[in-house]
Amino acid sequence: MAALLREIDSSQLKFTVKKILQILALLIVLGAIGTWLATGASRGWTKTEVQTESIEPVTEMRVLHTEKKFIAGVDFLGAAFGGAALLAGASLFFRKPKAN
Amino acid sequence: MKLTHIIPLLTLTTAVYAAPQTFDFKDPKGVNNAVFKLDAPLESINGSASGISGTVLFDPENPAATTGKIIVASESLTVPNPMQKEHLHGANWLDVAKYPEITFEAKSLANVKTEGNVTTADATGTFTLHGVSKELTVPVKLTYLKDKLSARVPNLKGDLLVIRANFVINREDFNIQKGQYEDKVSPTIDLSLSIAGASVTK
Repeated sequence: MAALLREIDSSQLKFTVKKILQILALLIVLGAIGTWLATGASRGWTKTEVQTESIEPVTEMRVLHTEKKFIAGVDFLGAAFGGAALLAGASLFFRKPKAN
Repeated sequence: MKLTHIIPLLTLTTAVYAAPQTFDFKDPKGVNNAVFKLDAPLESINGSASGISGTVLFDPENPAATTGKIIVASESLTVPNPMQKEHLHGANWLDVAKYPEITFEAKSLANVKTEGNVTTADATGTFTLHGVSKELTVPVKLTYLKDKLSARVPNLKGDLLVIRANFVINREDFNIQKGQYEDKVSPTIDLSLSIAGASVTK
């Protein structure tokens, strides 16, 4: 590993890190949008449980049923975009290698 | 048996029959619930509470004499967003560790109207939230279901009393973030109660 790293020029290593950070940022954005769409594209807050109602036959009373379910909201999108922006921003510190 | 013996016996029987029944609201089915709603800019905060207990004295022959106390365990309040739930339970909002119960103790009923087994009335009592007690008058609907307990909970015989109530409180009246975050969370809270109590006969 050390021998491999010695062979790679430091500017090439920086370029590789830059690419990895940019690809990670893109994956986070795409993953977040995909998750948000797949869980119903909610424009509210993220939820980890949903409630449904039914009527109990004897009392005719409202009965609540709670189900564990993840629904991504706008805060989830915001956090993902924020994380992706940080990674993309960090990638700017790594420059392309100069042509010889 | 002489008539002089029968009259006191009849009087006693009538007195026992007319005595108010005690309904226990610790629901064995665990479906008793209270729902709350607060308006907020992005979407309203809708939550519920399931930890309900308490007793109500109800006389089917005299619903106007109904009294009782309903207790909601603060810890059982839940909202679908975990961070909002943490804030709700925290020291800045409900402080459930310090104030573990939300209670309403009904002392009297007014404007009582009974049709069949349904009674509507305005219940006046003391509502305690976040350690602050206020006198409140709440519209209630009581439905008395005679001998229906076994239909709901097998192996138990007795009567059911269903209480429904919808009312609004102001969180600032109960020192919950008074004057704070009014642009983010409405100061008014819509409450809706839907609970069934059982009176077991032996």
